[in-house]
Amino acid sequence: MPYQLIWLIFFLPVISFAIISLFIRPLVKAESKVAGYITITALFGCLGLSIWTLVTVMGSPHHELDVPQISWIVINGFPFNVGIMVDSLTAVMLVVVSTVSLMVQIYSQGYMHGDPGYHRYYAWMSLFTASMLGLVMASSLLFAFIFWEMVGLCSYLLIGFWFHKPSAADAAKKAFIVTRLGDFGFMAGILLLYKTTGTLDIAELHHLAITGALAGTTLTWAAIGIFAGAAGKSAQFPLHVWLPDAMEGPTPVSALIHAATMVAAGVFLVARTLPLFVNSIEAMTTVAIIGGFTAIFAASMGLVMTDIKRVIAYSTISQLGYMMLGLGAAGLGLIHQGHITLEAAKAAAAIGIFHLFNHAFFKALLFLGAGSVNHATGTFDMRLMGGLRKVMPWTYATFLIGSLSLAGIWPLAGFWSKDEILISAMENQPFLFVLVMITVFMTAFYIFRVVFMTFAGEYRGGSPEAHDAHPHESPLVMVAPMVVLAILAVVAGLWNVTGHFGAFMGHGETKGFVEGFFGIFTHGLPWISLVLAGSGILLAYAMYSARWISPERIGAMFKPFYTLFFRKYWFDELYENVFVKTALLKGLFAGFEVIDRDGVDGAVNGVANTAVATGRTIRRAQTGQLQLYGLIMGIGIVVIVLAIYYLA
Amino acid sequence: MSIALEHYLILATVLFSIGLYGALAKRSAIVILMSIELMLNAVNIAMIAFSRYIVPLMLTGQVFAIFIIVVAAAEAAVGLAITMAIYRRRETIDTTEINLMKW
Repeated sequence: MPYQLIWLIFFLPVISFAIISLFIRPLVKAESKVAGYITITALFGCLGLSIWTLVTVMGSPHHELDVPQISWIVINGFPFNVGIMVDSLTAVMLVVVSTVSLMVQIYSQGYMHGDPGYHRYYAWMSLFTASMLGLVMASSLLFAFIFWEMVGLCSYLLIGFWFHKPSAADAAKKAFIVTRLGDFGFMAGILLLYKTTGTLDIAELHHLAITGALAGTTLTWAAIGIFAGAAGKSAQFPLHVWLPDAMEGPTPVSALIHAATMVAAGVFLVARTLPLFVNSIEAMTTVAIIGGFTAIFAASMGLVMTDIKRVIAYSTISQLGYMMLGLGAAGLGLIHQGHITLEAAKAAAAIGIFHLFNHAFFKALLFLGAGSVNHATGTFDMRLMGGLRKVMPWTYATFLIGSLSLAGIWPLAGFWSKDEILISAMENQPFLFVLVMITVFMTAFYIFRVVFMTFAGEYRGGSPEAHDAHPHESPLVMVAPMVVLAILAVVAGLWNVTGHFGAFMGHGETKGFVEGFFGIFTHGLPWISLVLAGSGILLAYAMYSARWISPERIGAMFKPFYTLFFRKYWFDELYENVFVKTALLKGLFAGFEVIDRDGVDGAVNGVANTAVATGRTIRRAQTGQLQLYGLIMGIGIVVIVLAIYYLA
Repeated sequence: MSIALEHYLILATVLFSIGLYGALAKRSAIVILMSIELMLNAVNIAMIAFSRYIVPLMLTGQVFAIFIIVVAAAEAAVGLAITMAIYRRRETIDTTEINLMKW
């Protein structure tokens, strides 16, 4: 395919953004649905071109397209090039982003209908999609960083979409500031790489790292810096606190940005720079440990939340942890194996990226399902739901498929990718493997807790302020995208049943479909994980549907744990009180205040005071006595005359 | 003994010095004004003496002297008027007590 068309993937949503913000929003009244149609049309184009790109990349040697770069600016003889890098990773990400984005935009036509900020919503959604597509295509870390910040900005704008709600405005600020902490590390990493190598081109950096020209402490610190940025964006421990609060935004925003794409950008970034990571065992271990720990840490908080979106948000953090662990474990496996090649390093990303690919579909589906439920009941509190199975059959069916996929039930998408991560972790990180096996059980439990609390039993009334007490199925425009995503949540995993996904990402063995589909059960591990997931579902059924076990009694029995999880390990309080209020306000900022008051102000006031004091002293010479002036003048003249007389 | 330029200059110097002393040392505004007149007239004597002895064919110094007399008359009129006005308000013409504008 002509490479100009690949550029068009990025420019279509940019054009959509420009048209909506420049013409539609000022000129067309808010009830019109035209902004949505423009965005959807643009994204249809994106999706078509993305799939075309994917097919072209599949058919090209080394799974890479050569796109000429454009010289942007030259500083001190060093050119900064604008370019796009199209390899298998980019192609997969393009398809994920444009598919999920298209589905979410269609869904939003129903969900955001009648909102006063309708045009604004679509303008920002277009801008976000453009930035995200730009990020996955960027060929240099500089442009990756620019788009990285742009998706962060769009995330801020869309979390705070209902900015008149203080909680939404606060959540937007929190998301922006917390991710900024990670981005600081990313930027430091970029600067370090530039200082050491003099290039920011990703392909060149890959080459330098693989050949060993870039190695040692520098590489480790650069990789850890990049990972810090990734951890901020992907809400990994300890920067996870922003994502649950980000649920204040409209639900389709959560589905697109905070489930499928932007939060996965951190995983993408690590995958993109994996050839750097696999040359530093410290950095790779950090990725694995943070990922594995975040997986169980976030899942534990998801167990007790009563807000449906927050459960799914913690689930997202947990699954992103899985992806990081997948990257880390595969990378460590490669390091232990020894011989590191560029192909092998790219192939190591396959496991994590495959989970990203599957997760994007089923997690977006779960969020859209939560939005559909909210549309019907007017609340996100699961304690007020229940019994929606009968009135919302389509939402129920698709949500159930998403939940089964997330829980990792054979043969849905989540099973295939999660099992690969588990196998990789078992081989390389036995301790983390135990943690994530427990997480498998927790995942199945918390997501089916949502399913049973929301859809099973009797309806518990919905929102007290809801205008209609009779929940109803959402309109077709909302259900159809959910059905499409549900189909993808079932079939997406089949790509790697035969090992073709791994082969596409780098290299790997492929096998027959039937052999892959059933042959996986010749290992013991899938049996264990299925039993764990099944028992999680069973426990959720026993507690929240059949009521054999009272959740309240369990909660009382494990009171300390329940409190610990429910209060989110007091991380919000820790950050708020210890870091912000004490360390920053009372420590650092108080120090700044002293410097400002006594140093800066002191200098300014000191100059002024000195001038006043000097004036007060020497004004005594100005007596106002003309006769005295005259006397001094006369003496002066005499002195001058005498001086001239004697000296001349 | 004929009268030479030096004699006029000595007279002018003595008169100027007396005037200068009065202007600097006296407190009464009237006396200060009188002293200033003394100095101006000392200058007039010096001017005319120079003119007479150095450029006898020209009247430059005399013309200057006439100008100075005019200015001195005006100055005396204004100065005395101010002094009168101050005396009417303050009942004094002691310059050390007229210090309202001083810091």
